Amino acid sequence: MAKDGAGAGGAPRTSLLYDPAFRSIAFQIVLLVAVVFVGWYLFHNTTQNLASRNIASGFGFLGQPAGFDIIQALVPYGQSATYGEAFLVALLNTMLISAIGIVLATIIGFVVGIARLSNNWIVSRLATVYVETLRNIPLLLQIFFWYFAVLRTLPGPKQSLSPFEGVYLNQRGLYMPVPLTEPGFWTIPVALLLGIAGAVGVSIWARRRLMATGKPFHSFWVGLALIVGLPVLAALATGVPFTFELPQIKGFNFQGGLVLIPEFMAVLFALSLYTASFIAEVVRSGVMAVSKGQSEAAHALGLRQGLTLRLVVIPQALRVMIPPMTSQYLNLLKNSSLGAAVGYPELVAVVAGTVLNQTGQAIEVIALTMAVYLTFSLIISLFMNWYNARKALVER
Amino acid sequence: MTDQSQGYVFTPTPPQPPPANMVGVVGWMRANLFNGWFNSLLTIFSLYLLYLTLPPLVNWAVVNATISGTDRALCEASPDGACWTFIKMRFNQILFGFYPEGEQWRPILTFVIGLGGLIGTAFHFAGKRWLVLFLLTAYPVIAFFLLAGGYFGLTEVETAKWGGLTVTLVVSVTGIVASFPIGILLALGRRSNMPIVRSACVVFIEVVRGVPLISVLFMASVMLPLFLPEGVSFNKLLRALVGVTLFTAAYMAEVVRGGLQAVPKGQYEGAAALGLGYWKMMILIILPQALKLVIPSIVNSFISLFKDTTLVYIVGLFDVLEIIRVSTKDANWIGFEQEGYVFAALMFWVFCFAMSRVSLRIERRLDTSHRK
Repeated sequence: MAKDGAGAGGAPRTSLLYDPAFRSIAFQIVLLVAVVFVGWYLFHNTTQNLASRNIASGFGFLGQPAGFDIIQALVPYGQSATYGEAFLVALLNTMLISAIGIVLATIIGFVVGIARLSNNWIVSRLATVYVETLRNIPLLLQIFFWYFAVLRTLPGPKQSLSPFEGVYLNQRGLYMPVPLTEPGFWTIPVALLLGIAGAVGVSIWARRRLMATGKPFHSFWVGLALIVGLPVLAALATGVPFTFELPQIKGFNFQGGLVLIPEFMAVLFALSLYTASFIAEVVRSGVMAVSKGQSEAAHALGLRQGLTLRLVVIPQALRVMIPPMTSQYLNLLKNSSLGAAVGYPELVAVVAGTVLNQTGQAIEVIALTMAVYLTFSLIISLFMNWYNARKALVER
Repeated sequence: MTDQSQGYVFTPTPPQPPPANMVGVVGWMRANLFNGWFNSLLTIFSLYLLYLTLPPLVNWAVVNATISGTDRALCEASPDGACWTFIKMRFNQILFGFYPEGEQWRPILTFVIGLGGLIGTAFHFAGKRWLVLFLLTAYPVIAFFLLAGGYFGLTEVETAKWGGLTVTLVVSVTGIVASFPIGILLALGRRSNMPIVRSACVVFIEVVRGVPLISVLFMASVMLPLFLPEGVSFNKLLRALVGVTLFTAAYMAEVVRGGLQAVPKGQYEGAAALGLGYWKMMILIILPQALKLVIPSIVNSFISLFKDTTLVYIVGLFDVLEIIRVSTKDANWIGFEQEGYVFAALMFWVFCFAMSRVSLRIERRLDTSHRK
């Protein structure tokens, strides 16, 4: 037995080169060595380059003062804030625009997707035109269009457009009234929470009763009444404990109230309208994937159109729609980075733009940015996988 | 008795025409626009929406628009209309960037050869495989020498002068062609039995797909110079191409993987039973079937890559959109942002829409099969 195993069964002894197991291991070792070598080579070059350019390394810069301003900050951000705080502000801005964008895009996408399936000729044609137009135009171009061609060409603060008293739209953004709280305000959020809890409880009870006795109970209206009614009651009982602060024109600009900066609006419009055109297609193909026999059977059982959609078609369509919908949400999150092009202070603009320019620590900064997006992608896909598993067809 | 039976002759009543309101234009409108109060409301609302948007749009873009003249004087005379003069004066830059005027036949020739080749592939003829081979191998080389010059008596045009549609097309076509082989290798690696190969491919694919293109381009523009030995430097176009290619390769890998998974297992087993090794099995049996299945998805990747090329402004290239954005900042043409972006949108739309139609056609033609 000179060579391992080959001669044992009397099989012709062949060269080690033709042994698949050996070849596989050898190939993997070669690949590993190559990867390690390339990694080492890049690392070596990088350290040399960094040393010759006098660039520091490590994440120590996060504690140093940033010294630049950010035009939209959800948490207090002053002149003395650090790079770490700038990173946090940027992260929150990215999360804000992605969250609102996802909600808006889903709503618009569902409406357009259903409209495309409508048997009303003109409505379905309009929806088709919407989808085919918006999804064939680059997102960056749409952001530029909303920002430079629409929002930046609005009149100045003194000639603001004002559809209602207290709401002003001008070059500097959209100004809206904001509620100011007074003592006793805490009752309203508490009442809202109670209302939501009550609505959930009623719907669970209604479902149990339906399962046990077959008697339906329309929990929707009761739930809505609880969610809306309790806070209103609480507000009335405590004597309306808030006032609205109206934006006032002072000098050349408005003061007070809530401001949506044009950068935010441009990115939000473009992002949600663009993604909605893809979601509409997802919805359409999801609904079309439910075979016609399903709705015919539901009609034969005596369910009306609305109930057929709600109980038979949509639950089955959702199952088909979840994976592509997940990737659309992920795309929206990643595309929010295009806000950098018009100066919306999100992650790429602040961290990969300003912080990188000021510190020069390219590797740390880019790694940080990419790590954030990777984490988000991971979280969204994990959540959607969980949801998908819940909704998936249970087979034997 | 016989009298009675012979006296009765059955004459059917002649069929009546359908009610007047169920046929023709009126019937069509009843069936498609006004069936039920809800649909009628929707129809009226949609018509009102069209009335609000279409006439002003046509007035702006066509009726009141200006296209004559060479400066903004005539445009200011008709402020309610679009100023296409702006686009007319910038059209050359939008197509070629700062490519020297006398040499512009070169990008045009490159484009015409490429387009001709692509149209050729739509027909069936004997030497078609040679045409495809030419497009995939010789054409990129010819295109490079034509565009960059410096040999064969062509004057050199450095890439910093390229711009406009030329750059958009160069980046997107190179990106898709170069990412194709890398994507195939990654897809094969991801389906391999070797754990190290598989995990390396999975990590690359998932990391690249998890981050936005803009950050990959940032990386290409600030980190590539750091990675290379001192003294070696890349030009901007190459940086963009490296970033775009790596990014697209990850998506291409997933597309190809879909095709590989769709090939029935019997094909793999059949090839193995014939004694084919791994590479022969892949090249002769599996990949031809898998790639044919995913041609429409590849066209779709190309469409999204084509739209994504607008991001190369990050590395400092002047693609169509960037040229237009810079033009609208020109002191002579301030205030014509709408014209600029509407024109850019129209241009991208024509390209992308045409390609999506092509993709649909291919899909229908390749659907030889299995489904009803």
